[in-house]
Order: sequence, then C-alpha cells, then structure tokens
Amino acid sequence: MLQIEDLHVSVKDKEVLHDINLRINDGETHVLMGPNGSGKTTLLRTVMGFSNYEITAGSIIFKGHDITNVPLHEHARYGMGMMFQRPPTISGLKLGKLLDVTAHHDTAMVQKYAKQMNMVDFLERDINADFSGGEIKRSEMLQLMVQQPDFVMLDEPESGVDLENISLIGESIAKLLEKDRKIVNRHKSGLIITHTGYILDYLDADMGHMLCDGEIKCDGNPREILKSIKEKGYQECIKCQKK
Amino acid sequence: MSEEMIGAGGISLEDRERLELSGIDLSEETRSGSFLQTDQTIHHSSCTSKGIEMLPIDVAMKKYDWLKSHYWNLVDKDKDEYTRYVAEQEPRGFVIIAKKGSKNIFPLQTCLFLKNDGIQTVHNIIIAEEGAELHLITGCASSHTIQKGSHYGVTETYVGKNALVSMTMIHTWGENVNVYPRSATRVEGGGTFLSNYVSMKPVGSVQMYPVAELTAPGAVARFNSVVVAPKGSHLDLGQRAILSAPNTSAELISRAITQGGTIVARSHIIGAAAGTKGHIECKGLILEDGTIHAVPEIEGRVKNTELSHEAAVGKIARAEIEYLMARGLNEEEATATIIRGFLDVRIQGLPESLQRQIDAVIDAAEDGF
Repeated sequence: MLQIEDLHVSVKDKEVLHDINLRINDGETHVLMGPNGSGKTTLLRTVMGFSNYEITAGSIIFKGHDITNVPLHEHARYGMGMMFQRPPTISGLKLGKLLDVTAHHDTAMVQKYAKQMNMVDFLERDINADFSGGEIKRSEMLQLMVQQPDFVMLDEPESGVDLENISLIGESIAKLLEKDRKIVNRHKSGLIITHTGYILDYLDADMGHMLCDGEIKCDGNPREILKSIKEKGYQECIKCQKK
Repeated sequence: MSEEMIGAGGISLEDRERLELSGIDLSEETRSGSFLQTDQTIHHSSCTSKGIEMLPIDVAMKKYDWLKSHYWNLVDKDKDEYTRYVAEQEPRGFVIIAKKGSKNIFPLQTCLFLKNDGIQTVHNIIIAEEGAELHLITGCASSHTIQKGSHYGVTETYVGKNALVSMTMIHTWGENVNVYPRSATRVEGGGTFLSNYVSMKPVGSVQMYPVAELTAPGAVARFNSVVVAPKGSHLDLGQRAILSAPNTSAELISRAITQGGTIVARSHIIGAAAGTKGHIECKGLILEDGTIHAVPEIEGRVKNTELSHEAAVGKIARAEIEYLMARGLNEEEATATIIRGFLDVRIQGLPESLQRQIDAVIDAAEDGF
C-alpha cells in the first residue's frame, strides 16, 4: 500500500524528518508514537502532500505510484484520507455541502453515515465552527466515511474526545479499516498517531513505530512499545532501543 | 398565470437571460404580481394577491389622494442631483400597497429594464399596513447592447405596525451603466424590514446608502448585501439603521469580493434609544488586486445601547483550501467551494423561495471564480 524510503523533510528550510523508512502493507494498521514535537504530524502531512513540507530526499510510493511530487488532491484521489487534529473553520461552508461534493451528490449515503456519527444536526452548520473536540472528530470521521479511502491517516483520533464519543470514534475507525473482515479480505490500511493508546482498545494494530527527533527509533509490537513508554518514559525507551 | 407579462415580448433572448439572472420570472408562474418598466415605459402592473395592490405611480397618485403625504416624504427631493433629476421627470415606478393583515405567499416582482441609452428614473412607494407581510423581488438589468445608461431610483418604504417587508434587489447591469438608488424606510412598532442586495455582474458604478429608521419599540431591520466587483466596476454601497425607539434592533451584513474592481462597504448604526441593539458584519475577499474598503460605523447616543461590529478583509487561507484538497477537490474546486460558502448569507425571515432565488443567482456566478 505505502512505502516510504529514505525520506528527508524540511519545514521552512529546517530538516524535521531524517531518513524515514516505513512500509505498510495492504490490510495493515500501524501506530505512530513519540513525544510532542517529534515529527509525527509532519510525517502524516508530508505523506498526504500538504504544502510547506519540502521533501529534500527520498520517495513515497503509494499503490505503486511515485507520489513524492504529486499535488495534494491527487493523493486523495489515489485513495488516501486523513483525519485532521485541528481542522480549519470555513465560514459559510456547510458540512453537508462539502459532503455532498465528496459523495458525488449521493444524499442517501451522506444521511446514512451522518446518522451513524450523530452528525445529522451538523450538516447545516459551517464546517468546524464552534464544534467541540468530540464534534470535530465525529465530523472528520464522517468525512472519511463518505470518502472511503483505502489508506487512512488519523492524527490523534482520541484527543479531546469524551468517553461516550471515544467508543463511537473507535468503532467507526475499526469499521473504516475493515477490522470486521477476515484478514484475507481486509485491504484497507491505516497509520494512526496516538499518545494514549486508548484507540487500541477498539482495533488491533499490526505494527508500532516510535518517532523521536525526526527519526524512527523503534519498530515493533505497538502494545509493547506503549507499555514500555508508559513504564519508563520516552527517553528511557529510546535509550533501550539504542542498546 | 401562465402567460407572460405584457411587454416581455419585446425583450431579446439574451436580455431575457439577464432578467432571469436578476430573479425575474417572465412567465410569472412563481410570482403573485409583476411590474415591468422598460426605460421610461411601464408595460405591465398587476397583482393577484388578495389585499395587495400594485400600480404605476402616476395611476396610484390619481387614485389615492392620501399618497401625496408618502411622496418625497422619507427621501428628500433636494438630497442631491439625482433626486432632483427624478423629481423633474414625469413620475415612473410603482406603488405597492399591502392592506392590513394581507400576505403574499409568492413574491411580487418588479423589473426595471434599461434597454436603450439614456437615463431611467423610477420613484417607488411601498406600504405595508398593520400586520401585513409583503415579499418583493426587484430585478434591475440593462440590455447587453447598451452603450451608456444610468438608472436613478427613489424608493420610499413604509413598514406598518407588526408588518414585515422583505425586499430583494438583484442587479445585472452592464459595464457602462451607472446606478444611483436613493432609498429610505420607516419601520413602526414590531415591524420588520429585510433588505437584500445582490450584484454579481460587472457594472460601471453603483452608489447608494439606503437607510431604515426604526421609529417604535420592537422594530427590526436587517440589511444583507452580497457583491462581486469585477475589474472596472465601482460599487460604493452603504446601509444605515437609525434605532430611534427603545428596544429596536438592526443587523447589517455584507460580503464583498473583488476581482479587480472597487467596493466601498459602508455601514452605520445609530443607537439613539435605550435597549437598542445593533451589529455590523462585513467580510471581504480579495481574489485579484482591487479595493475593498470596509467602513463600519457604530454610533451610540444613550447609555443602554449595545452596538458592535466585525470586519475582515483578506484572501482565502491556504489551510482552508488544502483541507478541501485533502478530500479530493482540486485547487480550483476547493477555492470555488470556499467562495460559495463565503457568499452564503442565510437571511432570517426570508421565505425559502426567495432564498433559493438568491442562491441560484450566486450559484450561476460561481463558475466565474
């Protein structure tokens, strides 16, 4: 699905990511962990194709296409989707109007997913205007459900979400990633940034990566990495890996 | 009513499109009354709505002697050269009288069409008596063949006690047309005045500063304007509310986009009585170098008035465009979608059919962004 090779990324002429290598196969879900400022969001936004992230070396291959220098919307059209952590408010643009465009005017589908995400009342509201933390996540999730990407990146899906909403978000992500299917029938892949690991209560991740100072310091079982971070803290955890 | 309005037959296909862009339904199917004035000739004036009368002004003045007191009453005849010019002409334009408690489900339409070079003058009087609800759409357009023309329009509107008047004005003028509307409204206790102005097409220049005075408690005024200034267009637009009586309120909203033209968006609320509330919201987008000059003014004259304003002028944020691109829209689609949202002003109290009409006019322009 996704292959990142020797990726170096600069933001405002400063290198933020160094020599990243990552391979995510069809049907796999990976988890990205690491302290604040380690470059997790930068990695997601670079893969999605946002401007301001300059790829100075390396390549990103998605479904066999080299998308290293392909514009953002083409990434989406190839089948990538992203849940934003802090999406912008767009004054005047109704959530329902955007969904209508991305759903190619399939109103029934929009209604179905909006109901599932308890977002029917938000369709006539300006996107993200005065949305609470949980509402933003539900709106993001709804947009992804309509988009049905093959590869979905989630930037801290559990942050700012209360207990009631976290199960709704968690279960929807699991569904989006076809976790309800048998492994052989599962094709959708994901890359999820998490600090708390709560999201792992709702879906199994196949692999975890720890990013620190713009480098992947460790790959392995996500629960084990999380456990060791919780017990020892990030710095000890990194030291352990270096030994 | 399936037959066309009288006088529509003389309008070319191209010009019909321009009138439709201004919200005019020549078949009259979705209207409860129509008025058509081409240059200085009034072709048609009728209304099927019970309790509502629409007449050419000269006819109305002869029929109702009391109208004299409403004529040049809210607008000063000597206000400027344009009002003086209108006063010197044989009166043209329309009078609408909505009798006590009347209501029109389909809006009335008035069409002011400039076909030949020259100056068109109109003087309109709109009266909604106590408890009446009157919805009016005014489409102003010029022929695509016009070389040089002007439109001077005086409108005096009287909103009675607990009455509601919504006036939606859509302009489709040409690059060589100069327009000087002079409008004033008086709103009595519990009355509501809604004014919507839409101009999406090139125009030489428009200069206007309609005013609404709220003269008794409970009166409300809302002004909305949605304008686009292509290169060469100069729009100097104001909206003013005078809150003269206690517990009156006003909201003045404008959305301005320049594609190289000039827009001066003026707004002024005067809070002159206790318990009054007023808010101004002015947002401008500069798509191509041009000018958007927002001049929001709030003037409080008593302790218990609450007035506020917000104004913002700038470009579309990159983060907004990229947010939509991440959903698969290309840059042009994302930009157009954001602009359409920017221009989407929901007008409280406006019937759905009129809102759809406004939406359609804006949608038609969306392709141009």
